[in-house]
Amino acid sequence: MKFTLSWLKDHLETDASLDEISTRLTDIGLEVEAITDRAASLAGFCVAEILSAEPHPDADRLKLCRVDTGSEVLQVVCGAPNARAGLKGVFAPPGSTIPTSGMRLKKTKIRGVDSHGMMCSERELGLSDAHEGIIELPDEAETGTQAADALGLDDPVIEIAITPNRPDCLGVHGIARDLAAAGLGRLKSGAVPQLGGKAPCPVPVAIDAATQSSNGCPVFAARLVRGVRNAPSPDWLQRRLEAIGLRPISALVDITNYISFDRGRPLHVYDADKLHGAITVRSAKAGETLCALDGNDYVLAPQMCVIADESGAIGLGGIMGGEATGSTADTVNVLIESAYFDPVLTATTGRQLAIESDARYRFERGVDPAFVLPGLELATQMVIEICGGEATETVVAGSPPAPGEAIAFRPERVRQLTGMDITDARSVQILESLGFAVDSTLIPLMVQPPSWRPDIHGEADLIEEIARIEGLDRLPVAALPAFENPMPVLSAAQRRIRWAQRCLAARGLHEAVTWSFTSSTLAELFGGGQQSLALANPISSELDVMRPGLLPNLLAATKRNADRGQSDFGLFEVGPQYAGDTPEQQSCAATGIRIGDYRPRDWSAAQRRVDLFDVKADALAILEALGGAVNKMHVTADAPGWYHPGRSGVIRLGPKNILGYFGELHPRILDHCDLRDTVVGFEVVLNALPLPKRRTTTSRGPLSASDLQAVTRDFAFILDADIPADAVLSAATGADPLIQAVRLFDLYEGEHVAAGKKSVAISITVQPSDKTLTDAEIDAIAAKLVQKVTSATRGELRS
Amino acid sequence: MDNIETLKRDLTDAIANAADEAALEAVRVAALGKKGSISQLMKGLGQMSPEERKQQGPVLNSLKNEIAEAIAARAQALHDAALTARLETEKVDITLPVRPEPAGSIHPVTQVIDEVVAIFADMDFSVAVGPDIETDFYNFTALNIPPEHPARQMHDTFYFHEKADGERPVLRTHTSPVQIRSMQAHGAPLRIIAPGRTYRCDSDMTHTPMFHQIEGLVIDKDIHMGHLKGCLDAFCRAFFEVDTVRMRFRPSHFPFTEPSAEMDIGCHRSGQEIRIGDGDDWLEILGCGMVHPVVLRHGGIDPDVYQGFAFGIGIDRLAMLKYGIPDLRDFFDSDLRWLRHYGFSALDIPSLAGGLSR
Repeated sequence: MKFTLSWLKDHLETDASLDEISTRLTDIGLEVEAITDRAASLAGFCVAEILSAEPHPDADRLKLCRVDTGSEVLQVVCGAPNARAGLKGVFAPPGSTIPTSGMRLKKTKIRGVDSHGMMCSERELGLSDAHEGIIELPDEAETGTQAADALGLDDPVIEIAITPNRPDCLGVHGIARDLAAAGLGRLKSGAVPQLGGKAPCPVPVAIDAATQSSNGCPVFAARLVRGVRNAPSPDWLQRRLEAIGLRPISALVDITNYISFDRGRPLHVYDADKLHGAITVRSAKAGETLCALDGNDYVLAPQMCVIADESGAIGLGGIMGGEATGSTADTVNVLIESAYFDPVLTATTGRQLAIESDARYRFERGVDPAFVLPGLELATQMVIEICGGEATETVVAGSPPAPGEAIAFRPERVRQLTGMDITDARSVQILESLGFAVDSTLIPLMVQPPSWRPDIHGEADLIEEIARIEGLDRLPVAALPAFENPMPVLSAAQRRIRWAQRCLAARGLHEAVTWSFTSSTLAELFGGGQQSLALANPISSELDVMRPGLLPNLLAATKRNADRGQSDFGLFEVGPQYAGDTPEQQSCAATGIRIGDYRPRDWSAAQRRVDLFDVKADALAILEALGGAVNKMHVTADAPGWYHPGRSGVIRLGPKNILGYFGELHPRILDHCDLRDTVVGFEVVLNALPLPKRRTTTSRGPLSASDLQAVTRDFAFILDADIPADAVLSAATGADPLIQAVRLFDLYEGEHVAAGKKSVAISITVQPSDKTLTDAEIDAIAAKLVQKVTSATRGELRS
Repeated sequence: MDNIETLKRDLTDAIANAADEAALEAVRVAALGKKGSISQLMKGLGQMSPEERKQQGPVLNSLKNEIAEAIAARAQALHDAALTARLETEKVDITLPVRPEPAGSIHPVTQVIDEVVAIFADMDFSVAVGPDIETDFYNFTALNIPPEHPARQMHDTFYFHEKADGERPVLRTHTSPVQIRSMQAHGAPLRIIAPGRTYRCDSDMTHTPMFHQIEGLVIDKDIHMGHLKGCLDAFCRAFFEVDTVRMRFRPSHFPFTEPSAEMDIGCHRSGQEIRIGDGDDWLEILGCGMVHPVVLRHGGIDPDVYQGFAFGIGIDRLAMLKYGIPDLRDFFDSDLRWLRHYGFSALDIPSLAGGLSR
């Protein structure tokens, strides 16, 4: 919403400065977004008169002008075709800066002739695109005075943001009312005197029954003015409209636009001679079309509200009029419309047809239903004043919607809710200054909101009004009282998220945050893409479905980084993944990828590429960090299809519970992502790991460290190549209770073992508990171990 | 006696001349071994008369001790010399670089969430969460957003396809649905913050289709708007790590709070840099207000008994302001160069005692 300072002062009697007004506007919730003082950029520019204009001796198109600036007469070279003796224009002296080009003028020679300054065009001053000639000011302009004054630019433009609940401030009068309530002056009366008409309005108007009963248009009023002259509007009106960015069109249209911004009251004018018979407000017929004032043809749908004459639709209620019946320069008899259209219906129609207009903007937020008739009266009087003519009486169909009910109001609630010390009397005073009617004889008080405040429904709304006018800067700063929160700061599940993040960052991976959505093609490759997770209105086909896992977006991120020349790195994300659209189907995963060399090339160690054991370690490290019993987990070789079938695994706890996956990504997936290098990845579903039972103690129990020397023994077994190492390790671990640790330290396949066989070497640590073991006892444990391992693996001890 | 003096001199010379530990050992065996020269003389004491023995005994003992000490001293000297010689050869180029260590990083969004949680935990808040895919009820209706409200339009909200039962899930447009879920689950009094992902159909220079918010909700019998101001004042000072923050509450409008306000904090801008706390400029950082009675009722709380405040802050924006990150879109691009530059060490766990940031 834009307006100028002088416009505001039409409605507000105030001595306040622009600064004070601006600050107060923001303080009461009408946030000032910009103040444009157009005079500031024209400081130094003055009105000057061309005394003579002679041809330039060396250039056909240029003229040598003698210019009277009020203080001196200067020679100025000018190329404008309209430069002539007697013209009053805008003079930019040497030293001034042209606003649009930023060029700083100085005394110069043009084709060998001295030139002191410049006569300006509208384009140079940023007033319009006109550049055919220099500005011609009216003869009354006084030579030597500020150009900004002569151009009517001495009026600062204020732009404020209006929240959607305040349609009353979409008119300058409403803004003035708020400022007056906030103590910044006195609101001038907005009452419109009634002028009678000469005769009944000859155009009958009606609202059809369906529209009436659905409240699509409860009231529709019109009035004919005969014998108008629709010339350009007077300067003051054009200037105001231009100041707020509206293009003056003709007096009739300008008047409706002016009242729309002055009072928040949209109006429409028809050329009465183009109307056919009676006007009816009704629902559109299926397939009905309208060529609107914006020049576009619209196909209307049945629930839309149209204004129609006997030829068909001539306007879209509350949004835009039709082109065929609009006013033109030739209009002599004008029918002025003022009505109330339902906000929701207006918004829906406007959205469906994608029409933005100042009328729609106001109607969909709710205009003042009580101002339908005064608005029409005001428009009629302005038309007669500016365009002449003679008005008929007003014709009205329907009646304005009834005001809402009075609201019970307990003034103590203002203090309780805001903490501000506001007396009952002050609360009432504020409400009354905003136009609320307060009945103080009742307890609680009864407050009737004014007709222009459709946003006021209850006591909380009243309290908000009082608080904002009193000023939120008066709010006390009170410390929150202590609170014994029955909930822990972080739940066990939330703590796990942090552990997973910190664990992976400590392991050298970089945390990424990627979109929760991905492309459906990619999602399908990862077991997702179902219809229930597809967005109805995605911003692009690359982001059209909720992600089934985090790998798709991490792979896309890997590709982007690879394209930037990054080769050896790891990325991870801890975030949501979606198996369906219910809260239970959203889980939290810690997922990561690694690519390239495990570590950068280095003088001290041999290079190696990352492999699936790096990500297996990542996955297990998370599970351990989360407090999982890693020794109770096992892995199986049946990872989902996006992994390499032979180089991937599933981490399980018990037969059913899958905690995560790890492995090389399937070459087809990498192809799809255009990644040439092998990528290994892991996925751990944080929710899948059961939460531990509530601890009863934080004690770790005593350390039981034996003083007796531990014994280590190494064994090597020859096994079929497809026997999993896990079979050896679990058989060895379970062979005797004194076996404390088993490590697999060598794995060999090759010429020294038979084809199809492998050698697996383990080292065991035997920890005696109560006495040192004899050689015979150690041998017995070893024998038991060999027996267990060979029978579990159908292998043999390597000799 | 001359014999003994001679022997002593010979042995002392031999010890001094022993070039290494082996030669010294040979000298020791020759003198003090079973058949060594001194041992032999000691054996001779047995055949002596008591007077002779009384005279010779101390002499021989003293010889034996002197030689043993000399050998020990020489052994130490040889050992030291050997060590010195070895150390002479054991030299490396200590300017060689150390082996590369794994160095990962924590994303600024995670870090800022952890910082914010640390601050509000100190004010007795708990962390609550809710799903990203919400029902129309939790995202809109329960928050007093009527069916025709512009925020519900397709150009703001991501919708899923309508289901058989007519329900049309949405991606939550704010973290406010967690208010309702928490009120329903825990009732009043209540004190929660809810960080999380939020979504809007926006993608341009300053908007991304996904961003992060943190919701705050305090419900009790006597919580008023002054507490809201105090709470946010404390938060801003702690978060931006400054002693004072100029703040301004501007009346605003949100369907779910009344009175509603937007909070600006004072700042000073110079070029790209924004300094928070003082200065003559304002920066909008959050929206807040007293919870609307309709919202309380939807949460199952009686607005005639309980009241409270709520606020919503953009986490990404907080991160940008605090750490001078210029572009929101980069947050979600996973550019390693960006992650390394703006990311945090795994060890930088924010706490009020240990400091929010280094």
